[in-house]
Amino acid sequence: MNYADLFRVTLSETALDIAALLVLVVDLGFLRKAALQIRVFSAVLIGVFGCAAAVAVMPFQAEGGLSYPGSTDLLLATGGYTAIAQVGILMLTVLTLFFLVGSDFTKHVGEFVSVTLMAATGGLLICSAQDLLVIFVGLELLSLGLYVLTAFAKRSGKSAESAMKYYLFGGMSAAFLLFGFSYLYGLTGSTNLHEIMRGLFAPAVLNSTPLLYVALVMIAAGLGFKVAAVPFHLWAPDTYQGAPAPAAAFIASVSKVASFALLIGISAAALHAMDQVHGAGLVTATLSGDAPRFMGFHWGWSTLMAILAVASMVFGNLAALAQDSVRRLLAYSAIAHAGYILLAIAYFSRSNVSANAILYYILTYGLTIIGAFGAVSVVERVNGSDRMDAFLGLYKRNGLLAGILLVLFLSLAGIPPLVGFWAKFNLFAAVLQVNRGATPFTLVAIAVAMSAVSLYYYLQVLKRVFVMPPSNATSVKGSPLAMGVLALITIAVIALGCLPGLMQSWMASFYAGM
Amino acid sequence: MLAWTIYISFAGALMLALLPKGNAALARAIALVVAAAGFAIAIAGFASGAGQGRVTIIDVPWVPMMGIHYTLAADGISRVLVLLTGLAAVSGVLFSWNIEFRTNEFFAFFLALIGGVYGVFLSFDLFLLFVFYEIAIVPKYFLIAIWGSTRREYAAMKLALYSFVGSAMVLVVLLAAYASSGSHSTGLVSLANANLPVSFQMWAFPVAFIGFGILAGLWPFHTWAPTGHVAAPTAASMLLAGVVMKLGAYGCLRVAIGLFPHGLDPWGWSFWGIGSWRDVFALLAVIGIIYGALVALAQTDFKFVIGYSSVSHMGFVLLGLVTLTQVGVDGAVLQMFSHGVIAGLLFAIVGRIVYERTHTRQLGELEGMYLGRRLPFAAWAFVIAGMASMGLPGFSGFVAELQVLIGAWIAKPWWTAASGVGIVIGVAYTWRALQKAFFTDRLPRPDEHPKEGWPKFDPITWPEITATCLLFGATLIVGIYPSILLNSIEPAVKALLAGGMQ
Repeated sequence: MNYADLFRVTLSETALDIAALLVLVVDLGFLRKAALQIRVFSAVLIGVFGCAAAVAVMPFQAEGGLSYPGSTDLLLATGGYTAIAQVGILMLTVLTLFFLVGSDFTKHVGEFVSVTLMAATGGLLICSAQDLLVIFVGLELLSLGLYVLTAFAKRSGKSAESAMKYYLFGGMSAAFLLFGFSYLYGLTGSTNLHEIMRGLFAPAVLNSTPLLYVALVMIAAGLGFKVAAVPFHLWAPDTYQGAPAPAAAFIASVSKVASFALLIGISAAALHAMDQVHGAGLVTATLSGDAPRFMGFHWGWSTLMAILAVASMVFGNLAALAQDSVRRLLAYSAIAHAGYILLAIAYFSRSNVSANAILYYILTYGLTIIGAFGAVSVVERVNGSDRMDAFLGLYKRNGLLAGILLVLFLSLAGIPPLVGFWAKFNLFAAVLQVNRGATPFTLVAIAVAMSAVSLYYYLQVLKRVFVMPPSNATSVKGSPLAMGVLALITIAVIALGCLPGLMQSWMASFYAGM
Repeated sequence: MLAWTIYISFAGALMLALLPKGNAALARAIALVVAAAGFAIAIAGFASGAGQGRVTIIDVPWVPMMGIHYTLAADGISRVLVLLTGLAAVSGVLFSWNIEFRTNEFFAFFLALIGGVYGVFLSFDLFLLFVFYEIAIVPKYFLIAIWGSTRREYAAMKLALYSFVGSAMVLVVLLAAYASSGSHSTGLVSLANANLPVSFQMWAFPVAFIGFGILAGLWPFHTWAPTGHVAAPTAASMLLAGVVMKLGAYGCLRVAIGLFPHGLDPWGWSFWGIGSWRDVFALLAVIGIIYGALVALAQTDFKFVIGYSSVSHMGFVLLGLVTLTQVGVDGAVLQMFSHGVIAGLLFAIVGRIVYERTHTRQLGELEGMYLGRRLPFAAWAFVIAGMASMGLPGFSGFVAELQVLIGAWIAKPWWTAASGVGIVIGVAYTWRALQKAFFTDRLPRPDEHPKEGWPKFDPITWPEITATCLLFGATLIVGIYPSILLNSIEPAVKALLAGGMQ
């Protein structure tokens, strides 16, 4: 392996990092004395160009990714689900950057954009990482950025408090993750995902499954924190509520996409290794009789994911019922949505059906939640609160914004013909395609029932927006750019919902060369 | 051509939503034009489709990777129900002529609901049907929550959640049928021909039947219906009783019975005479008929009387469906049409003609208002509508319920005996409401006479008269010459009961 090869697979990450540095230079150097608006504008512009450049250079990345010297095992993957997730991350990053325009929580816009781009770099990295060390470095790069972004509203005590909570939880979960990784390394003597997954079928490891299970639980805890799965979700409501709106939208969308891409990578590697081992006849050679099904990584992993999934969707939806703050409500609903997706991780397919269904879900969810946070922040800026009552009679105070909230919240609830419905259907159909047994079927039934529960709390917000009279008559105005972006997101949510095949064929095009 | 009913309704809804506020007259006019155009298309489609079987209107791949098609088609059942929807839409707009509060939004939600209903009746892809079915939920919520009366927010939320739970059950069945058919298609025809395993149909049928039945007022899942009907503004209660409950019944017929016919097979053991899902749902339907009628008899609120009578009448529809006999199912479909018209009429009289003038629906207070003399139009209208509702010969209700009862007799005689009781109680509660609201014996005491004479009620307006005549005409034509509908219902039902939907 030489650095030229490494550079060729990390072109996008490099482009983003250059943009991140450029933002700092321009903002702190050239525009030091300029008005805040100009600084915000230029910082966002550079950020957007950075993301665009990262997408543009992606086709030039080395095909097939980067392998270890003298081995076919990948260190960094490219193409396929990795590329879809990376493009998704970059697009969602651009959207969150737009909401910085017109917001007033900080004067340090250069730093904000720069940290956002660096965190996105971490996101890109973990989408392609196939090695425990790279995964950990990428996760930390992403997480550290998120802690900083959460704390960015320096005048707000809530922001600092939530950042501190987030940081403490995050540090702890990183420790769990590292602990789990160290066991995996100890069991197999490798840090490469594929080698580990194969190594776990070795006779020596089969005798020490308890160690493997400890490792699995630790890893599930560490990654469960990233996707805010119950019981590792405690940071989410506080962070969603305290963080400045663009940061919260970033955490809710980009960070989720990256984390689920990582989960896809791990599950795919586990299944792939299982097939390789079975194909080579290794298992039957080392064992007499039938191979126990709890061997290897896959069985324990999918069981853990199923448990997390059920806990998340049940608890997330029920807890959301009791919320009075719309941001906290969105946080608990995010936990529930993570639960649905984890179901598809638990029943993962060898073909790319599951990976596509998950990415379809998380990308459209990210799009919708960015819009929702954008709309909430417009209301919040005028009313000074994100309580339910701040939304009273919004239809009279800003009809367009009310319409946007209607579409986005109904999409989150999964009402057709909006995109959220297709995402859910796609996801549950993928689960049932993998396994038609009674257990996955029951789990899907629970998920569908829970999404019926979710309609209640989404309607609670919409009721205040459309049904109840306004508490005061001042109009709610957002900046033209923010309203324009929100309208675009809304149109996308409707259009993708009416033509669901569009995005599916877009995603399929990434697998064309493979 | 029928597909345009869907498109113009949604286009009208969009146009009204974007209309600048404060121009109520224009909003009304647009809504009326759109509804009338839909009705005209429905009539034309019905007339041109006479004698034909299932006609595919459009069939294009929608989500090619999942084998989902955008399939609109119409058979005799669909055409009759589309006709009913058009009728309900036009009369609903006419009876909402006096809405002044957020007029354009009201009609936008109204037309969106109508568009969803047309869509359900015309979909021949299970997936598409489900999409339209869910589209209809949200407008209902806002129609009741914003423009409703008694406990409207509670009633609206209850209705929305009941509907959504019902559709969640349908979604589970849809996912399961999609996964286990293996045909990679969600077309109703291909699913019906997919030979789904009997064990699968055995559990899919009740789940789908209850899921749709919730919206059809299946006892004991009917409790959304009276509260929803009472809280809803007049046009919305007309739509709820007139077409939305039919969505549920239609789903029971088209999806539950059409796709999972083996779910109705005997279990092989029986408990107190109940040996199949068919017996279970027949029992629930009969309970619904009698229970709805008895509760209607005890109401003090005029609108609740009509609300519970809907539960009772919808019981006949469900009973007719599970008879699985040609005549019984014919009767059920005809009863869907008949009840849609008659319930719409009753709700219009109570909610619009009477309530908007007296501002009370309490039978006790109406008794002291001598409406028989002071609102003769309302009294006449209610007498005729009440007769239709009781099932007197000459009105559509008679033909429909008679066929259901004959079908039930063929299946199991005791079903007919029990539901006959429901008809008798039906006469009683209609009579009681009629007597109390319009023709009380009690003469006003001298001190009850207002000094300046009885205040005049607002005169009856032309939209009210037009819409009332429209609905009267429909129930009379069908009552006197039922073949006009039965000729198209019969072959479609025959094909559906024969299986395979061919």
